[in-house]
Amino acid sequence: MTTESAPAPGASAAEEPRPVSYREALTQAMREEMERDPDVFVIGEDVGQYEGAFKVTRGLLREFGERRVVDTPISEAGFVGLAIGAAMAGLRPVVEIMTVNFSIVAMDQIVNNAAKVRYMFGGQVACPVVIRMPGGAGHQLAAQHSHSLEAWYTHVPGLKVVAPATPLDAKGLLKSAIRDDDPVIFLESEGLYAKKGPVGGEDELVPLGRAAARRAGSDCTVVAVGRMVWIALAAAEELAKEGIECEVIDPRSLRPLDMDTPAESVKRTNRAVVVEEGWPECGVGANLAARIYEQCFDWLDAPIGRVSAADVPMPYAKNLERAALPQAADVAVAVRRALGR
Amino acid sequence: MTETDSPLSPPERPDAELMLWMFETMVLIRRFEERAAEEYMKGNIGGFLHLAIGEEAAVVGSIAALRPTDPITSTYREHGQALARGSEPGAVMAELFGRSTGVCGGLGGSMHLMDAERHFYGGYGIVGGSIPLAVGLGFAVSYREEDGVAMAMFGDGAVNQGVLAESMNMAALWELPVVFFVLNNHYGMGTAIDRASAETDLFKRAEAFGMPAEQLDGMNVMAVYRGVLEAARRAREEGQPSMIEARAYRYRGHSMSDPDTTRAGEEKERWQARDPLVTFERVLLGEGTLTAESAEAIRRRVEERIEEAARFASQSPEVPVEQLARHVYANPWSDDPTGSAVAPR
Repeated sequence: MTTESAPAPGASAAEEPRPVSYREALTQAMREEMERDPDVFVIGEDVGQYEGAFKVTRGLLREFGERRVVDTPISEAGFVGLAIGAAMAGLRPVVEIMTVNFSIVAMDQIVNNAAKVRYMFGGQVACPVVIRMPGGAGHQLAAQHSHSLEAWYTHVPGLKVVAPATPLDAKGLLKSAIRDDDPVIFLESEGLYAKKGPVGGEDELVPLGRAAARRAGSDCTVVAVGRMVWIALAAAEELAKEGIECEVIDPRSLRPLDMDTPAESVKRTNRAVVVEEGWPECGVGANLAARIYEQCFDWLDAPIGRVSAADVPMPYAKNLERAALPQAADVAVAVRRALGR
Repeated sequence: MTETDSPLSPPERPDAELMLWMFETMVLIRRFEERAAEEYMKGNIGGFLHLAIGEEAAVVGSIAALRPTDPITSTYREHGQALARGSEPGAVMAELFGRSTGVCGGLGGSMHLMDAERHFYGGYGIVGGSIPLAVGLGFAVSYREEDGVAMAMFGDGAVNQGVLAESMNMAALWELPVVFFVLNNHYGMGTAIDRASAETDLFKRAEAFGMPAEQLDGMNVMAVYRGVLEAARRAREEGQPSMIEARAYRYRGHSMSDPDTTRAGEEKERWQARDPLVTFERVLLGEGTLTAESAEAIRRRVEERIEEAARFASQSPEVPVEQLARHVYANPWSDDPTGSAVAPR
């Protein structure tokens, strides 16, 4: 998947860094942080010899050995709990849960332990663990393998929640997450692993809690999370042909949530649409809409549009799955509606 | 002084000093629990209050067998663990009272004591949930190539949670220095062990993981001490985890809100006839380690400490409301003291 392309003739590698996949950006972040800090280690199912179910940990076992790249049994609650305990002792575990779906098995450890140990023990310990996991749907994996659980984790005080959409953010946010002293739920998207783009160097971190504008526009603000950023951008390109200019905002982290960037945008465009891959009820889109209403009520010229997955378990049939997932056309419809068209 | 006499390494045959410490700590826990029950009835303690009366030998014997730097985790019935690790009774009682001087600043309460300075990594409220944390603490010891031992303390109820099997498997697979200490008090809340476990000899679970295990008399502090000492040695020197089952009995109901009407009086009497404090005192008196006078002096000292603890707790200030959100994050992004995620309008 990540075959390295030869540098273009005449191109200087130093000036023109080759584009890197989202997957490789994550690998780089882990490798660099492991080199920088001996307390950082990687643990999860098939992360070592197999190099990760999605090959995100490629090369790490070879470079760092079994002490720091730990293949686990299929025991999500067990190894997530182990990582939390190790973090309480001062290590910096980077846990890979094969997909977000399996994190449900470890929910007690994440919600009752990782999110709570600092607070309920009066600040005596920190819990610097990163729990990485890809989520999302689109590969006909049906009801149990297609979750987007951003809302579940964002709900919990004590956790930080990150959902990078680009290789640059994947690398920069993961490095920030690893250096952070709190538990960070790092939500990757299966659909983005092959996506290529520029990435930062060893010391270029992307801070948690800062949104990014992906596209400038004056007609409608579209706030989109994770892979939905790309869906929103595709919709924006279509809408531009109709003369509608969308401003696309990527929150990048959901907790902490930067509301200044989207609010500032909405106060200019006076219209907003929120886009998420998860379910609509109590979803991150519902939260974003509520926060925009609280901060921008007097500036809004139309109700906030919400685009989400359909309110059903994910079906298997390809046509149904497509119908259940937010598409660029759905975003376009929501934007037009916000504009009264 | 040989190496084994070092205070960081418990001697195989406890000397008089250690035996007396065990006795006094057991008395301290018993009296602390009785006082906590009184304060609960007076309304000074809220939430759940789980008492360990009857389980003192298992708590003290196991902790005495570890070094003070060996990390331990426990359940929500853990006042004794904190006291045995040396937490100030006043700070523990203040935590139960929900005061700012509590070991956790009033944020944890009875079920969530921690004293990280003393390597007591806390009491947890979800049955079985703390066990993998202890494995992680053992993992950290091993990762740093130190020679500590982590002990997971849990009850017979936790044995049927899947995460225990996951934890024991990982500890055995990776040869982590962990002692799985199950304090079998024969009841998971109100359900007797033979109604919850297909095999009531809980230590046999270890065989599935090729892990050494032992079943001990949890009412006998010396038996518990010796068993855990050997398990800790195995962990330290051979990198081999163990399971220790200490059979004991809690005299009270599951918590203060449990009227304890289902357990037979005859059963309680049978266990109380072997009360760990009474039997150990008899042993110490017989050996001459303890005299009637010195036993009385210990009781008096404990009484004063408990009295002082309750006074300290009741006179301690409440937790300032401005600190509501103080410890949610180690690296907070907001200085909003109410912890509200919603920005002010």
